[in-house]
Amino acid sequence: MTATDRGPVQVLGEVLSNKRTGGYHHLTLVAPGVAERFRPGTVVALAVGGELSDRLLRRSIAIYRARATGAYKSTVELVLAPREPGEAWLASLAPGAVVDVVGPLGRPYALPTEPVPCTLVGSGLDAAPLFSLADRLKDRGCPVHMVLAGRSDQEVFGALDAKRAAKTVVVVTEDGSVGIRGEVAAVLPEVLRRSGSDVVYAAGPGHLLHEVAAVAEQHGAWSQTAVGTGLVCATGSCLTCVVPVVGEDGISRMVRACTEGPVFRGDRVRWGDLGTVPADAWGAPHTAEGDS
Amino acid sequence: MNAPDLTTAVGELTLAGPVMAASGCGGTGRELEPFTDLSSLGALVTRSVTLDARAGTRPPRAVETPSGLVVDTGLQGPGLQGFLATELPWLAQRKVRTVVSIAGENLGEWAELARRVALSPGVAAVEVNLSWPPGSTASRDSFAAEKIVAAVRRDIPRGVVLLAKVAADPHTVVDVSRAVLKAGAEAVVVGHGPAALALDPGTLRPVLGGDAGRLGGPAVNPVALRCVWDLHEALPDVPLVGGGGVRSGLDALVMLAAGASAVQVGSALLHDPGAVRRITEELSAQLEQRGIARVADLVGSAHRSTSETGDTP
Repeated sequence: MTATDRGPVQVLGEVLSNKRTGGYHHLTLVAPGVAERFRPGTVVALAVGGELSDRLLRRSIAIYRARATGAYKSTVELVLAPREPGEAWLASLAPGAVVDVVGPLGRPYALPTEPVPCTLVGSGLDAAPLFSLADRLKDRGCPVHMVLAGRSDQEVFGALDAKRAAKTVVVVTEDGSVGIRGEVAAVLPEVLRRSGSDVVYAAGPGHLLHEVAAVAEQHGAWSQTAVGTGLVCATGSCLTCVVPVVGEDGISRMVRACTEGPVFRGDRVRWGDLGTVPADAWGAPHTAEGDS
Repeated sequence: MNAPDLTTAVGELTLAGPVMAASGCGGTGRELEPFTDLSSLGALVTRSVTLDARAGTRPPRAVETPSGLVVDTGLQGPGLQGFLATELPWLAQRKVRTVVSIAGENLGEWAELARRVALSPGVAAVEVNLSWPPGSTASRDSFAAEKIVAAVRRDIPRGVVLLAKVAADPHTVVDVSRAVLKAGAEAVVVGHGPAALALDPGTLRPVLGGDAGRLGGPAVNPVALRCVWDLHEALPDVPLVGGGGVRSGLDALVMLAAGASAVQVGSALLHDPGAVRRITEELSAQLEQRGIARVADLVGSAHRSTSETGDTP
């Protein structure tokens, strides 16, 4: 592929199937060109509501799986929950429905060059992209371990799938309805010690990623964390999805989750400052100007 | 009939097509490249360039609202030096028709921005963002607007076209436009959306990190259209650029018929990164269908009797 072939495409995708799995909807789209360019961690941005929709913003969803060579040529699979009207519309689509798809977008998970042990940590449906990541890691000979979390058994995604995908699986729920009752931060140190993981991959809300990055650091492992921050255009134009990240030069910048992310090195994101513009960020207002 | 002639002129600024990417919504141009042949843009208006680098507003910065969005980025950007070093040369290299939007904090900054931008190669026009800095009333206050545009005009050589972007407010747009034209602007761009607010339905607190923002999208389209209409009535010889919720070729056609010589597409680009190309194609089809040979024949035609514009559909 040439450089432009690796960039995102905009296509009209067709719904091939839409199935309920637990509390989630598993949507498969025929989207020519997207699967060929897919790498784990990248997202698609979908227009919602159809032609007459007054909803302007696309919904960005991490790709669960992609197949470039199936019977329908190029398909992408997504997992979604109807948390708001746009997602509810997507969740209601019948086979044959057409959706405008842009993707794959964003920076994928970086893969190790050596066959080192890896631990993959995901919360709720944010865990979806970790399954295709696990496949790629195994292709490289990396032993894969998984930690899946959620508030309850309804929220944990892919626990059965994980048994196939990973050498060991730990499930953690807040209410103890399945697996260990507790939090990821409590079980992760033991998983890392037992597996000897050199890399930790994570997807979930900011506080979880913060904990994972901290535990990885203590363990001497690299962390690769996928943030989700309410992407608006998802193509890098609108500068609304910014997060504070420390660059190679030690300077903090507000960078786009959709373009420089969604996957960042966990030790580079200023987790405690998410949702703010830190006073020492490049271009932040001087104190004399106030915080306007 | 041959394909319609899409060329247009905004004063001295000639464009291959009448559809421009509005400031901020086309990013630096790089972001649109995978989806649009950049040469299909009538012009790209850059993000507003500030003198110093800016980290922008505290997130969240945008929220979806009925038929639009409320947004405030606080003009995050690399500052003039970064823009001239990286973003502008990239556009120039690709021969993208480039309009540089500038945003100063005071008259000294406006003049410096104007001088250094206008002297740079690859700049077809300068667009003065009169909504800056936050709290400024210049985009709807003729006195303040005239002072800024006069300061900018002094430092821009003839040959670089000067556009002034004003508030899309039908109550002020004609007065403010007269003022910026008197100060040396060659065309008026309509315009900045109104100040707006969205509250989180759960917390009942403002959604945006900067609390308030500005409304964009199809929700503002009829208001922007009214501004263009009124301006063309009052100042029929003044070139206008119409922006505000344009998302289809028909929207563009209507804006041109109301008196705009070109349109700007903003929030539609956030929805559809290929919007400029698509809208241009749709507009061309509309013209062909209506037997209008040239965009130039369409501009302002809504103000004339229907018999002059050919058959109505």
